[in-house]
Amino acid sequence: MSRLRKIFATDSYIVPLVAILLGFLVGAIVMLFGGYDPIAAYSALFKRVFGSPYDFGEAIREMTPLMLTGLAVAFAFRSGMFNIGADGQVMIGMTAASVVGIKLGGVLPGFLLVPLAVIAAAVCGGLWAGIAGYLKAKRGINEVITTIMLNWIALFLSNYIVRTFLLLQGQNRSEDNPASLSMTFLFSTFDNARLHWGTVIALAAATFFYVYLWKTKQGYEMRAVGLNPHAAEYAGMNVGRNVVKAMFISGVFAGLAGAGEVLGVFHYQSVFAASPGYGFDGIAVALLGLTHPLGVILAAILYGTLTYGSAGMSFGADVPPELIRIVIGSIIFFIAAQGIVRWVLKPFYFKRKKEKVL
Amino acid sequence: MDFVVLGQLLNTTLVFSTALIFASLGGIFSERSGVVNIGLEGLMMFGAFAAAVGGYYAQDAGMGEWAPWVGVLCAMAVGVIGSLIHAVAAITFKADQTISGTVINFLAAGSTLYMVKLFFEGSGETPLIDGFSKVAIPGLSKIPVIGEGIFNSYPTTYLAIILVIVIYFVLFKTPFGLRLRAVGEHPSAADTLGVNVNKMRYIGVMLSGLLAGIGGATITLTTTGTFAHNTISGQGFIAIAAMIFGKWNPLGAFGAAVFFGFSQAIRNYVQLFEWSKSIPQEFIFMIPYVLTIIVLVSAVGRSSAPKALGEPYDPSKR
Repeated sequence: MSRLRKIFATDSYIVPLVAILLGFLVGAIVMLFGGYDPIAAYSALFKRVFGSPYDFGEAIREMTPLMLTGLAVAFAFRSGMFNIGADGQVMIGMTAASVVGIKLGGVLPGFLLVPLAVIAAAVCGGLWAGIAGYLKAKRGINEVITTIMLNWIALFLSNYIVRTFLLLQGQNRSEDNPASLSMTFLFSTFDNARLHWGTVIALAAATFFYVYLWKTKQGYEMRAVGLNPHAAEYAGMNVGRNVVKAMFISGVFAGLAGAGEVLGVFHYQSVFAASPGYGFDGIAVALLGLTHPLGVILAAILYGTLTYGSAGMSFGADVPPELIRIVIGSIIFFIAAQGIVRWVLKPFYFKRKKEKVL
Repeated sequence: MDFVVLGQLLNTTLVFSTALIFASLGGIFSERSGVVNIGLEGLMMFGAFAAAVGGYYAQDAGMGEWAPWVGVLCAMAVGVIGSLIHAVAAITFKADQTISGTVINFLAAGSTLYMVKLFFEGSGETPLIDGFSKVAIPGLSKIPVIGEGIFNSYPTTYLAIILVIVIYFVLFKTPFGLRLRAVGEHPSAADTLGVNVNKMRYIGVMLSGLLAGIGGATITLTTTGTFAHNTISGQGFIAIAAMIFGKWNPLGAFGAAVFFGFSQAIRNYVQLFEWSKSIPQEFIFMIPYVLTIIVLVSAVGRSSAPKALGEPYDPSKR
């Protein structure tokens, strides 16, 4: 118990919590300026998420790709890289899952087809990210620029594959995918909300993230490279190999997110007019979660709740749902600029110290 | 394919390049001073929004052809204000610069659309306004191809090209430029020589907001005429790529921006070529991005970022 209290008393937990509160406060102030009622808006937001089993299930559905793309960005971050390319990796994962699911749908039985489609998504997502890792390791090319370029290439390549090989006649989307990750046994409980195994995969991925980085020798090397590549190299570590490996694993997470969306939610793949933006949400989630796997899960829950609930906010209190981005942005701001939070908390710390003296 | 088409293609290329030139020049100021600016996308969004709103009200007030310039001024102001969020977090509170840049993108996406809905009764888009019109330069605009291509452009395009040269001069030939670069390369050495590191960095980041703001304004005032959620859609990130591609040098960034502008322009002309009709359009769209990677792999090699890029300056660690 005392250990538990110690955990919650430490700074690292208080700062994010206060940051979240301050973020909501900023949102409330912005709403007051716009002439809206913040209390009505926030209660509409939470009512939307927790009001019905269907909405609760859909909110979990919304959180799932956020967890995986958040893990993807966080994993790369821990290894010293900024992966802006989760978006492209998600799309490549989607496409791989679509190709395997649709093309092998009649050939393989379901118990082989679904895992194969998921593995294809993971591997292809990983290889796509691996390109950026390889170019960084071998040529020293900034991964920010390559992942941005690879996002666009992934968008067009995916659209080409869907349009040329998988198209449903006369539609702007692929045929229905016979491989399914849906958790149909939960549909009755959650009023047909689109829950799928991707959520379980995401939690498993977070566990893998933690165990790999903090409990294995390879993970130790990876973190060392992330903290100081020169020191790691001096210590005899192969920096290049670690960079490629880290990007591959990062891409695997993103690819899995794509598999979940295609096989669990939509059951087909659309031709995208623009990038769907999963990767950029992933950056926000990774930063909110302080690039720690547990933090990423919690951040995805927060982010998913806020974005899913924002629709309710606009129905219930007429507040534009974009407001929620201001709230999320402010929370990230306060987490990043912890000095401001500490400054806000200073009077409380001061009081506590005084009590001790007495 | 005749010369008229070539001239038009060149002209369209410059139209699409202009915003990228401004934004990547902005990125150079910030990053040369040692502050990463992932927030260019958001700053462009602020600029595009402010130009649309400012231009709309100026037009409404009967300012006629001066209205777009009011829009540009608003964009500059809002860009600077937006960049201050980044500056305060990254410089004063020593936040991770990548993170505070991302914050800008988030706040911009949220607040601009929130305000559009607030100002224009729930509409997701600002009303259509008259932007800039093209200005032909007497004499020069009569030259074949180049006249149509370059000397018959929007005033913002001329401004962008002039700024490339001015900023190159400022960065590499003036004491101010030297100090700015010193702060980005070796802040403690600059500090020892009496340069105020944080002040220089604030200036760098604010200039990036100013220029990215104009970049965003260019898009609403020359191409779209309105501001909506998809007005910027990745242009800021392309500007970052142009900056890195151009090795944090105004001339290099200009070249890269024109290259990206060309790749956007060529989409409009693809169907004109006989050979290109058989290629799936997706592959044509992909060309610039694939080409960028190939060029980086084959020619440019190791990137030459400012040495202190991304590191908050802490005098006690000197």
